[in-house]
Amino acid sequence: MSDDSKHIYEDRKSVIAIIAIAVVVIYTFQLFYLQIYQNKYKDSADSNAFFKKTLYPARGTISDRHGKLLVYNKPTYDIVFIPKEVRNFDTLEFCKILNITVEDYKKRMDNIRDFRFNPGYSNYTQQTFMSQLNAQEYGLIQEKLYKFPGFSIQNRTMREYNYPNAGNILGYVAEVSRERMEEDDFYRRGDYEGKSGIEKTYEETLRGEKGVEILLRDAHGRIQGKYNNGSSDKSPISGKNLTLSVDMDLQAYGEYLMQNKLGSIVMIDPETGEILCLVSAPSYNPAMLTGREFGKNYKELEHDPLKPLFNRPVLGVYPPGSTFKPSQGLIFLQEGIITPATAFPCHHGYPPLGGHPACHSHPSPLSLAPAVATSCNSYFCYGLSGMLSNRQKYKNINEALDVWKDYLVKMGFGHKLGVDLPSEKQGFIPNSKFYTKLHHTARWMPSFVISIAIGQGEITTTPLQIANFVATIANRGHFYTPHVVKNIQGGALDKKYTEKRLTGIAASHYEPIIEGMSKAVTNGTCHAINLSPEFEVCGKTGTAQNPHGRDHSLFMGFAPRNKPKVAIAVIVENAGFGADFAVPIARLMVEKYLKGSIPERDKALETRMANTVMLPGLHSLRKKVVAKKATEDDGTTSGDVDKQAGSAETTVATKPD
Amino acid sequence: MRYTKQEDIIKESVDWVVLGLYLLMVVCGWFTIYGASHQFGNTSSSFDMSNSAQMQLIWIGVSLAAGFMLLKLDDNIFDVFAYFFYTVSMILLLVTVFAAPDIKGSHSWLVLGPVRLQPAELAKFSVALALARFMNEYNFKLMTPKNLALISSLILLPMLLIICQKETGSALVYTAFVLMLYREGLPGLVLFSGACAVVLFIVGLKYSDVAIGILTQGEFISIIVIILICASLVISYRRDFQGALYIGGGSFGFLLIGYIVSSIFGVDPHYDIISLVCLGATIGYLIYIAFSRIVKKYFIVVLVAGCAILFSLSVSYVFTDILQPHQQQRIKVSLGMEDDLKGAGYNVNQSKIAIGSGGFWGKGFLNGTQTKLKYVPEQDTDFIFCTVGEEQGFIGSVAVLLLFLTLILRLLYLAERQKFVFGRVFGYCVASIFIFHLVINIGMVIGITPVIGIPLPFFSYGGSSLLGFTTLLFIFLRIDMARKRR
Repeated sequence: MSDDSKHIYEDRKSVIAIIAIAVVVIYTFQLFYLQIYQNKYKDSADSNAFFKKTLYPARGTISDRHGKLLVYNKPTYDIVFIPKEVRNFDTLEFCKILNITVEDYKKRMDNIRDFRFNPGYSNYTQQTFMSQLNAQEYGLIQEKLYKFPGFSIQNRTMREYNYPNAGNILGYVAEVSRERMEEDDFYRRGDYEGKSGIEKTYEETLRGEKGVEILLRDAHGRIQGKYNNGSSDKSPISGKNLTLSVDMDLQAYGEYLMQNKLGSIVMIDPETGEILCLVSAPSYNPAMLTGREFGKNYKELEHDPLKPLFNRPVLGVYPPGSTFKPSQGLIFLQEGIITPATAFPCHHGYPPLGGHPACHSHPSPLSLAPAVATSCNSYFCYGLSGMLSNRQKYKNINEALDVWKDYLVKMGFGHKLGVDLPSEKQGFIPNSKFYTKLHHTARWMPSFVISIAIGQGEITTTPLQIANFVATIANRGHFYTPHVVKNIQGGALDKKYTEKRLTGIAASHYEPIIEGMSKAVTNGTCHAINLSPEFEVCGKTGTAQNPHGRDHSLFMGFAPRNKPKVAIAVIVENAGFGADFAVPIARLMVEKYLKGSIPERDKALETRMANTVMLPGLHSLRKKVVAKKATEDDGTTSGDVDKQAGSAETTVATKPD
Repeated sequence: MRYTKQEDIIKESVDWVVLGLYLLMVVCGWFTIYGASHQFGNTSSSFDMSNSAQMQLIWIGVSLAAGFMLLKLDDNIFDVFAYFFYTVSMILLLVTVFAAPDIKGSHSWLVLGPVRLQPAELAKFSVALALARFMNEYNFKLMTPKNLALISSLILLPMLLIICQKETGSALVYTAFVLMLYREGLPGLVLFSGACAVVLFIVGLKYSDVAIGILTQGEFISIIVIILICASLVISYRRDFQGALYIGGGSFGFLLIGYIVSSIFGVDPHYDIISLVCLGATIGYLIYIAFSRIVKKYFIVVLVAGCAILFSLSVSYVFTDILQPHQQQRIKVSLGMEDDLKGAGYNVNQSKIAIGSGGFWGKGFLNGTQTKLKYVPEQDTDFIFCTVGEEQGFIGSVAVLLLFLTLILRLLYLAERQKFVFGRVFGYCVASIFIFHLVINIGMVIGITPVIGIPLPFFSYGGSSLLGFTTLLFIFLRIDMARKRR
């Protein structure tokens, strides 16, 4: 029995078959899209199932060159939560325990959920609600934690300081910025990072490596055990400990001497390039920038008109003044412009330009060594003029200037030295392009620029560059890039700190210069640092012209003359001639370092130096602050102003014993 | 034709392809259920079986026994007792409506001691048998009002009873018989209108919130679709390419002119007006040639167009006023209109995550984190395909799809080789049911179709569904075994 429908509609079987095949093809495409083309499902699956518990490493500690512990970690507690696991709870009670307002709570929560502030936000990952609770606050919340599902306590560490000094070297740590979080995957919201000083430059050494514990979490948020029995977990690796080349006693002493003054002291061990002290005055107590007072203190320091956060030795730029002259002598000798015996006249000034720049009273004519010793302006102007006009050696003035500039760059001027502290300034040494542009002609005259020979004009340097320069003199022609970290535990210093850098000037040329600097100490401009017969100190004073007020007092030197152990540069701002303040302070610092203590005869000098208040312009600064405050707050009491200005006092270092 | 009772030897006459596919899928299915219900982190090495894997093993045993028994039965029994089976099934379904306890909002389970049975799953074969018997009548003509009404009643009765059990998904399975009816002579227009209705429904809903002039974007697209329907019907009925060109090309040209004019003169193109004019012109043209040539088919085209317009206009009413809120949600989620990840979209999203995380090769047997940690609800029943996707990857998922496709194509082939309408109709019923389950179940798991709770044959955990599919398949195998003899 068969009927015609079998044949009439038989081709319809293929329609049905095609429908089935089409469905399978479409579904295969969708599977391809889900399983191979799209990656987001894989990530979602991991964030679903893996609860990654971060294990924080201890940040590396910091000690000084004698092994004194300077910076270490103290336990502190963060309140963290996983948004997905938070259930309804008594917000009011929660806020009361933490001593915050409900508005504050809402604001914090909004900020955490805001992708602009917290790009890594996820409902499934741990978020920091409040950080750095102390043990007492921790105790309060710990008891009641069961009432707040989803919240937990995360143990963290906080920086703790043994000394109130060296804030500008050590730097501080604070909550990581959004920008850093975006560029470095290491950080999550609420993490800490070094913001300045060596905390910043050695951030990656100090921070260590985070560990992770991977737990499996089911759909209800319950932890179901370790993933792969913990074989995929990673223990945190502590940050490496740093040993500084800084001598903390010396540093503290320097800060004591520089109290109530503005300026820098830089001391370098010329043999290694290690920085022995790096005083920036005024300074601040690094402990101010830890804990929950951070925000308030930071604001105060930032608004202090004396800028205690400004690391003057590497960030301050000054005209080097007469401390620049030895570099000129060295270049002229190396280029054969002069010999040590070449003498130039000086009649209270540089004769070819009618006695400008002016000079003081001294015998004339002078050869090189006495010219350094007496700091004769005329001598170095003659030298530079001779070099720039020498057409046998150089095609034109521009070529001569660039040769001159190249020597200075090799001596460490004009570019960043590469010290291991952040934001170093490079100073300025002009080249031929600069002058061609400035004078609108390639055929400018030596007389246009003559003041650069005596460290004025466009020349600027940092105190660190001056100290480094005097170290190259001490070493007779080479230096090591100055650095404050001597040793990384279980790691090596950057190669650049162990590589010798040459100045390109023959060692023999240094002798007349050193002779001059020695004479300057024994019977010249800086006799105040004459420590002979114990140590033969060589030095050079300088006065940096300051368009805003009194000139800055400069001194650079090294000791002893043979086998030098220390190179020093001191700048006291607004202190007038170099001899007045920079030299005596340098004397005390050198004594402190080389002898370990200050002899009785210098106690009076020590007291005088430490007690001198040298803050010219403070009055005007105060006025400025008053005016600013008045406009801001519509005339608040002057009590605030006193507090502002008084913050300088908080930075006064106590005298170390 | 001999009606003497004669044993068909199973080994010689059974279709080993279908039988092999069945056994393979049952085994794969059991391992998948074992994996889906496996407790993660349970590292005890013993082959420790969870409750559902154990239960499923028992059900597999029962099903195999039942299947073997069916092969041993006399093939005439199915023909002779078809209406009897149907009646018993309907009574069972009716009893279930009143006797079943509330289990997760559904009243479809009959509890007999430790065993829970879902009559809706078992009733499929009886409806298929009844349809086959009915259409096997001598000189049966499908397209008579009486036969259509009777067939509709045969199908609608179980659907109604199952809807009363609050199992809309299982009821919808019976619509799959349209495919069988199509093979038996139901006009293609019915399938075509069904497809058009789905398209118009989706378009009208999905693009309902963007306005183009006085129309919504959805209405605009619907008009274009209706014009295209008219053009294609004109071609398929009358091979009237000229007419189709007038309708389709004319409308397209009009829209193009509107676009060019508007872009040159920078005025609003008024696509809404243009499309309405085109629709009006199309219907006018169709009516004109219908009257001028007096061809009935053109009236049908006009009728279809009219129905399509009415349908389009009623989409939003049907959606908001007739569908239940949770059904609306599921449809919106599957159309990508809503990303309700906590509510209706949660299952689908988690299931996509689980499948997507499997990658090309999968995570390996028992290594799926998403399914093990219970991120996917119903993962051992309706969402079992997630486990396949996560643990066996793209390779495994496609393999399962191909297994089903092979089975379906083989069933279609077997159905076509039947000498009697009875066998063929029953074969098509079986194939249609498998197609429907494949489309809906895997479609919902991978986020293409709305969530309709029906199992994946042989893979989803559940004794009733396994027994139901086994019965369907083995009755057909038994009927097919007799083909040489009858």
